Formats: sequence, structure tokens, C-alpha cells
Amino acid sequence: MNAQATDAHHDSDHDHHGPAPGLMRWVTTTNHKDIGTLYLWFSLIMFFIGGLMALVIRSELFQPGLQLVDPHFFNQMTTMHALVMIFGVVMPAFVGLANWMLPMMIGAPDMALPRMNNWSFWILPFGFAMMLSTLLMEGGGPAAGWTLYPPLSLQTGDAFPFLIFSIHLLGVSSIMGAINIVATIMNLRAPGMTFMKMPLFVWTWFITAYLLIAVMPVLAGAVTMLLTDKFFGTSFFDAAGGGDPVMFQHIFWFFGHPEVYILILPSFGLVSEIIPTFSRKRLFGYSSMVYATASIAFLSFIVWAHHMFTVGMPLAGEIFFMFTTMLIAVPTGVKVFNWVSTMWRGAMTFETPMLFALGFVVMFTIGGFSGLMLAMTPIDFQYHDTYFVVAHFHYVLVPGAIYGIIGGVYYWLPKWTGNMYSESLGKMHFWLSTIFVNVLFFPMHFVGLAGMPRRIPDYSVQFADFNQIATIGAFGFGFSQILLLVLVVKCIRGGEKATDQVWEGAEGLEWTVSSPAPYHTFSPQPVIK
Amino acid sequence: MNKIQRVMGILFGGALWTATGPAWAEWELNLTEGVTEISREVFDMHMTVMWICFWIGVIVFGAMAISIVKHRKSKGVTPATFHESTFAEILWTIIPFVILISMAFPAAKMLIKMEDTSDAEITIKVTGHQWKWEYEYLDSGVKFISSLHADSREAATPGSGIDPTTVDNYLLEVDNPVVLPTGKKVRFLLTSSDVIHAWWIPAFAIKKDAIPGFINEMWTVVDEEGTYRGQCAELCGRQHGFMPIVVEARSEAEYDEWVTAQLAAAEVAASSADREWAMDELMERGEKVYGTYCAACHQANGNGIAGVFPALNGSPMVLEDIEGHINIILNGKPGTAMQAFAAQLNDADIAAVVTYERNAWENETGEIIQPATVKSMRIQ
Repeated sequence: MNAQATDAHHDSDHDHHGPAPGLMRWVTTTNHKDIGTLYLWFSLIMFFIGGLMALVIRSELFQPGLQLVDPHFFNQMTTMHALVMIFGVVMPAFVGLANWMLPMMIGAPDMALPRMNNWSFWILPFGFAMMLSTLLMEGGGPAAGWTLYPPLSLQTGDAFPFLIFSIHLLGVSSIMGAINIVATIMNLRAPGMTFMKMPLFVWTWFITAYLLIAVMPVLAGAVTMLLTDKFFGTSFFDAAGGGDPVMFQHIFWFFGHPEVYILILPSFGLVSEIIPTFSRKRLFGYSSMVYATASIAFLSFIVWAHHMFTVGMPLAGEIFFMFTTMLIAVPTGVKVFNWVSTMWRGAMTFETPMLFALGFVVMFTIGGFSGLMLAMTPIDFQYHDTYFVVAHFHYVLVPGAIYGIIGGVYYWLPKWTGNMYSESLGKMHFWLSTIFVNVLFFPMHFVGLAGMPRRIPDYSVQFADFNQIATIGAFGFGFSQILLLVLVVKCIRGGEKATDQVWEGAEGLEWTVSSPAPYHTFSPQPVIK
Repeated sequence: MNKIQRVMGILFGGALWTATGPAWAEWELNLTEGVTEISREVFDMHMTVMWICFWIGVIVFGAMAISIVKHRKSKGVTPATFHESTFAEILWTIIPFVILISMAFPAAKMLIKMEDTSDAEITIKVTGHQWKWEYEYLDSGVKFISSLHADSREAATPGSGIDPTTVDNYLLEVDNPVVLPTGKKVRFLLTSSDVIHAWWIPAFAIKKDAIPGFINEMWTVVDEEGTYRGQCAELCGRQHGFMPIVVEARSEAEYDEWVTAQLAAAEVAASSADREWAMDELMERGEKVYGTYCAACHQANGNGIAGVFPALNGSPMVLEDIEGHINIILNGKPGTAMQAFAAQLNDADIAAVVTYERNAWENETGEIIQPATVKSMRIQ
């Protein structure tokens, strides 16, 4: 308490200061808005890097036969595409949005741990520089898939220790980010901002932060065991030495499944902010939304082995994990029904953030349906490790998680820059993305069901047609994202001035400060009635 | 089904495809019904769940569509103020729960049936290797290795310039298919010698991982004679996409004939190790063995891949150390992708491939290695 009081005093001394001039502003900043901006730019750059890798993959898969890349390089691309998109795009984008918005949504002057905040961002560029540099090393980058299953991952060349160390770095960064968010929400809420008054984006991030703190150390443990297996003679995962390669999968997915929800829960929160605003109606079932999020988070710890139904688990294990996995459909269904009920009898308008939120609800639900099918063990044997799975998780991650993020960016961009973005460009971005994302991912359901395994650089000719369509969709979707970059840059440079409330139906503390939001907000803190 | 396929084909491809020439194949959209009792049950459950999802989708997206059309500000509506209803929320917690229960019980029942490997009449041990399958019929002693067919392998070499559409069953053809009798319960024991692979035949609806140090079980009874194709379904390295599985289901009489022929051929191969071989003979056989077992890593030109797979062309071991050379092929090199081939290759094969490697490319040692030399090293 003492420390906090001193901090508050210290901050008020600097109230009239703007940011430090020059580039050093970004290196030394402890301001939550600056750090949020850094995270978001970083995420956007990585989005294009990861996207280029996806285009390499889709180009090779345009026709049967090997035309462009060696299969080993193809495997490096699938591995790196996943690592970049998960750890370099979705997670940093969420942390960026949290940095910018959480303090403003709960009436806090800044994040609780500003110096750690700076550090947790600045680890990222170094971690990724190291990870990406492995592509240039002897033997190439990691090529065993982002899941790093041994013994295959132990065949990685010189890249291996660098890969492990970069995963450690990303984990450290995520854990610090999560601790910061928990500390901020616990300690810095404005007077009267009780837990059950917090906006849903704050709630979903609060729960996500706990998931991160719980599982990132598990990943760190798993990859460290890989490292000692490779270099220090242990045999955690080597059956010849008394170890168990399946144990790695259990440990990995004990991290990996909560990780899946880490990648989606904040987007649930974003959509829960956007839909009420543009429906001009309060969020339906606020408390059940909170409880549903918490239930999903709890269930995420007891469903991990549904990623490994074919490893030869005991029958009882298969049945247990099938039942728990199917159960997740209940709270997830509640959320979807609540979003639809929020729209019901509202007065809707369709600005770009709302379009992305609506796209999210529809396409995330499609991904949810295929998820339900995958949950059922006896039929999962047919889907497992095919393109049906690829279609499933891309539906929940691209028009799911990423649409949530893009919607959130459009929603708050006027608050960040003080200018309205170009609505016509935004709408074009939405429609092009939505058409192409379906051209890209929907045919993958078909080739998967028809029997095409995932992670193959070349395929039998009967899969050719749908693969060509998917590749066309991939290029269309990829190039459509350039619009986002153009739009953001234009919006920063100028445009119609935004009002403080920005959106007619917007409610919440972040809309009470001026647009653009001043460098320091909410000192002293507001009081919530 | 055909009608749906045609409609989808037109929807997705029609316009785009007239420009790019003839479509390659049928527009396969759905799971195969397969040729076993289990695969048909799996197909039915798949369709049931898909239709349940479809109708839930119709309701949810329908409600959304109505809101989007009717409850929009441009129609001058005033937003309602309701924001909770305990009744509605309990309802849409309980209804999905009941639907799920009704799906979960038949699924559990089916799973119990699928995992029951008892009373099998034939047992086949399947061992995954990077990147081929080894089959051992435990009852009759038939044993062979099955790898990608040479035509596919040639076409799939980067820069081969061969059009895959001209290759029969491109990437889905092997040199030695698995042969099964119809109507008998066959049990598969799955394991691996290196990394994790997965054995999958869509028409049987069975898929399981082959894991080093573990033995997994699964079973099937094939109803119809025919050739069924599948692929490795777990990422297993560079050639993961190039280790197909082909199963031929034959009548029992034909199956018995096949077993007899296989056993006879194995005997001939074993005796060939005892005689002297000529250089030409060894080189010819060695090139074949090299193509099937070694080229995937060490490459057809013997140059390997820098940093991953060492070159044999100009390698000191190949040029000088005969004993080391034979030994590494027999016993592998722990901790690397170089596996032990002692169990997979006979003495003549190993002698041939060693001779080939020492005389191919720029390696011109002129040395001939006889099967007897390999045999003597095996005993130690």
C-alpha cells in the first residue's frame, strides 16, 4: 500500500510531461500506451512475416509435385508459421490491447508494474530474432512442427538450442505480461469498480492471465527436458533409456490446450465489448458470460489428451477426455447464444468493428462445430492429423482470434489516434478478408475428409482442385491485409476528428477521456457510482 | 451424393477451372463409407453429428440474420432494454447438455467396440521407419519392407519435371503392399524404430500412432476384396508425405497362396548370401537398395544435406574404413536419424549397398564387399 501511494505521488509530478523525445522514448518507456503501441506494431509486423511463410506453404501446395521448396524447408515453414502466429502475433496483440485498454477501462493511471512492462515487451524482438535466425543455420530451422514432438524434434540441427532458448524467452515475456495484468486488475481498479462491474474484456484477460501463469512454466519444463535429452544424456522421452515419448505429448498439451484458450478468450472479451456498442443494447447475461469464461478456463485443464486420441491411451482415458471435451460446448454455446441475444431487438449499425465481430461469431461457431466433431473419439480417428483439423483450428484462430483482434483495433483506433479511420477502406478490408478466408479454409474441410494428411508438402492428385482453391484464397487473404496497414497509417496521419465517445452506443470509462487519449489518464482515479 | 458433389464442384471450381485446363479428379467432399463394419458406423456417426451441427447452425445463424435484417438502426427501431433472463440461460445450458449426452453415449459404446482387439485370427506387426513401413506376419513369418513406389519417388524428386498426373496412384503406391484375407479379424501391432509415425487406412477407419519403445494395437475385418490406400499421418521428418500404405484384401485362398510364395522367395534370398557375387551384380542391386533405403537422407547424388544428413560422396568412412562402414549400416548411429538396418536388410543387400557406395559418384575405390563379410560382422 505504501509503495502504491508513493507511486501515485511520483506519477502526479510528471503529469504535465509528455513522452520523452526521439527514439529513446520507445526504448525506455514505462507508459502503458506506448508499450501497447509497441506490442501492436510488433504483432502486425510478425503477422506479415508469418503470413509470408503461409504463402510459401500454400504456393508449394498449389499443385501436386514438388515445385518450389525442399520438403525439409516446407516442414520448417509449417513449424515457424505456427510459432510466429501463436507467440508473435496473437499473444502480443492481446497483450498490446490489454496494455492500451485495461488501465483505461478500470480507471487506473497505468499498469501496476511499468518497468516490468517495458522489459516484457523488449524481450520479444530479441526472442524472435533468435528464433527466426535459426532458418539460416546449418540444418535449417526447427522442422518438427510447433508441437516439437520427440524423437523427431531431437533430429533438429544447430537450430535446436536456439529454438529452446527463444521459447524460454517468449515464455518469460508472457508470464511477466500476465503477472502485470493480474496485479493491475487486483490493485488498481478505480474506487467502486467492483469485479462484477468490470468490462468483459478485462474479465477475459484476467482469466487468461491466470491460464498463462499456470501453463507457460509447464511448456518451459517440457522444452528444457528436450534440451537435456539432446545435450546432457537424459532420457525423459527416449524409450531406450527408460523414458516415454508420449509423456512429452501429455506435458506439452497440458500447456497446449489452455494455450488454445489463451488465444481465444481475450477475443471473446473484445467481441463482448463491440457487439453491445453497435447493438445499442447492454450485453445479455453479463454474469453468465463471466462464469462461462471461467468454466472454459477450468475445463481447459482437463481436456488436453483430445489432441492425442491416436497415441494408444487406455480406453478409460479416451472416454474421459471425450466427455470433458464435449462438455466445453456448453459454456461456449452459452457465449454464442448470449451474443445473439444481445443483438436481438437492438438497434444495430454495421461499422467495421461490428462487421468483424459478427464475422467472428459466425465463423468461430463454424470452427466450434468442427471442434465438436473432433471431440468424439471414435470419429476423430478419421479426422486426426488431416486437413479437417487444419480447417478447424484455422477457423477458430483466423476468423476467430484474429478477427476479434482486428475488430478491437478498429473499435479503439479513433481513441488511440484521435482520428476516425476510413470506413470505406475498413469495410473493403472486412469483405475481402471474409470472402478470401473462406475460400482459403473451407475447402480444407473437404480434402481432410477425403483423406489428405496435414503437414505434407506434396499430395496425391485427387486433392489437387481444392488445394488450388485454398491457395488462391491464401493469396487473396494475405494481400487484403495490406489494406489494414494502409488504413492504420492513414488514420494515424489524420482524418475526421473523433469525439470522446467515438461510437454512439459506447459505454465505459475509456470513452470518458478525450480522443486521442492523453499520455497520462486517470490520475486521480475516477469514482464509479 | 453425386449431385451434391457436382453442385459444389460448379460452385467452387467451375469458373476458375475452365481456364486452367481439365480438372484433376473427382470433387471428393466427404469421408469414405469404407469397407468395414466399423468404418460404416463411423461414417453414420459422422453424418449424424454433422447434421446436428448443421441444424444448430441454422437456428443460431437464423436468429442472427433476423436481428441483422430487422433490428437495425436504419429501420428506426428503438433498442430493447432487456439484458438477462435466467429462464433462457438455464434453457440453453440444459438443451445443449442433453444433446451432448445423447451423442456421447453411442460414441462411448462404439469406442469400446473399436478398442476390443481380442480373438484376432491374424496378427501383423507394423514397424514405422523413416520413411517406410516394415510388416511382419507373426503367425506365418512373412516379413517385408514396403516403401514408396519408384515411379512416384522419381516424380516427387524436386525438379524432376514429371507431371504427377501421369503417375498411377501418385504418392499412394508402394513396392510391396500388405495382403490381407477378407472376412478375418486382423490385429495390427504398431511400433517404430525411430520417430513417431501413424498408420492409417481411411477405408477401414483405423488410425494409430507407431511409437518407438511402445506397442499399440488395433484391428479390422475387411468385407470386400480390393486395394485400399492410406498414408503416414504423423509428421515424421523430411519424407513424411512419402510413406504411403497400400493394403490388398484378397480371398482366403489367394491370401494363402501369397503367403506360400513370400516364404519361398525369402528362402531364395537367404541362400544367395552364401555365394560369391560379381561387381556388376552388386552394383546393380546396391543402386536399388540405395534408392529405397538411403537416398531419402543421403540423396541420390550421395551429397546429403549440409548440417542434417552427412555426405557419402567423398566421406572418409566410405573411402577408407570398411569395417566402420558396414558397422554403421548394421547398427546405426544412436542419437541421429541413422538407424540400424541389421533387421531390415539381408547380407546380400548390405554387401551390395556398401559396394555401391564405395564405387558410385566420385568414390572409386574399386572394392568389392561380399555378403559373407557382412555375415561375419553380424555375429559379433
